[in-house]
Amino acid sequence: MDILLGVGGSELSYHALEETVERAQATGDELTVAIFHNEEVSADAEEIRERVETTLAETDFDATIRRLEGDSPGSELVSMAESDGFDRIVLGGGERSTLGKIQLGAIVEFVLLNSQTPVTLIR
Amino acid sequence: MTRDYPDEPADKFPGPPRTVTDREGREVELLAADASDHDGVLEMYLSFDPADRAQGIPPAREEAIEDWLDTILGEDTLNVVAVHEGSVVGHATLVPDRHGEHELAIFVLQPFQGAGIGTNLVETLLGLAQSEGLEKVWLTVERWNDPAVALYKKVGFETTEAESFEIEMSILL
Ligand SMILES: CC(C)(COP(=O)(O)OP(=O)(O)OC[C@H]1O[C@@H](n2cnc3c(N)ncnc32)[C@H](O)[C@@H]1OP(=O)(O)O)[C@@H](O)C(=O)NCCC(=O)NCCS
Repeated sequence: MDILLGVGGSELSYHALEETVERAQATGDELTVAIFHNEEVSADAEEIRERVETTLAETDFDATIRRLEGDSPGSELVSMAESDGFDRIVLGGGERSTLGKIQLGAIVEFVLLNSQTPVTLIR
Repeated sequence: MTRDYPDEPADKFPGPPRTVTDREGREVELLAADASDHDGVLEMYLSFDPADRAQGIPPAREEAIEDWLDTILGEDTLNVVAVHEGSVVGHATLVPDRHGEHELAIFVLQPFQGAGIGTNLVETLLGLAQSEGLEKVWLTVERWNDPAVALYKKVGFETTEAESFEIEMSILL
């Protein structure tokens, strides 16, 4: 399978990266990591790229890294998945508040509602 | 992230303890609660209808409920329970977030819903919050949760964000 993983720099997005790499190592899936800026997180694209590269190096796994420009990462992720024929989009999401309520961020919500490609949410 | 609050503070709310009669004629006590009320609150959540869960709470399994209760009955939280004939039938909580503001949640057991207990619980909890000097209270609620949204509006919460699955609302005390 060709997997498109979106990483926007939240802790959950890094968690999703680790899980997806582990799974891909077991199944032989091809992985593309799409880096984007998430307004709800204070991490810039360079920081995110470094963190992704470190994780890939540590796990000795090869993945393509791409950068989503523009200010609608959700819609760019959906378009990329469709135009490049990905089989699945993977995202981390569903943060819990201190009180314990799960909240989906705006990007995850957009992708869930608009994607024609199957979406896996990791939390 | 900065959250929006109404410009004007809310009026004064009644604090605990209070005794009210619900619309079904049942007598309900509204009492401040803390970690020492753990057993009664646990009992209520064990009999909570899973279909009435909201945004992943209360958790489903007993151990997960226990962990969750440790948080919401923990230090610096404020809690009010609704007690009918010795059993907890409703519970509202305020839990501090990372910014010193407080997040609210409320649950009423299914057979006791729609009788005004939820409204009284939230008002009493906000009364307790006022007497403790809290100023900023917020919550999120699923867009389709009509009873909850109606209750929060009635009590004086204003919508601050309505663009996602969850509506965010806040009140200034
Ligand atoms: C939301 C909840 C706490 C409300 O408690 P309650 O005791 O039923 O609330 P009340 O009886 O005070 O009703 C409050 C308002 O909700 C509205 N309401 C009640 N039942 C309703 C229904 N079935 N549909 C639409 N609106 C309804 C009414 O406007 C009512 O105001 P009114 O009594 O002045 O007419 C309760 O339904 C509940 O526990 N739900 C499951 C958990 C949950 O969703 N919690 C909120 C998120 S944390």
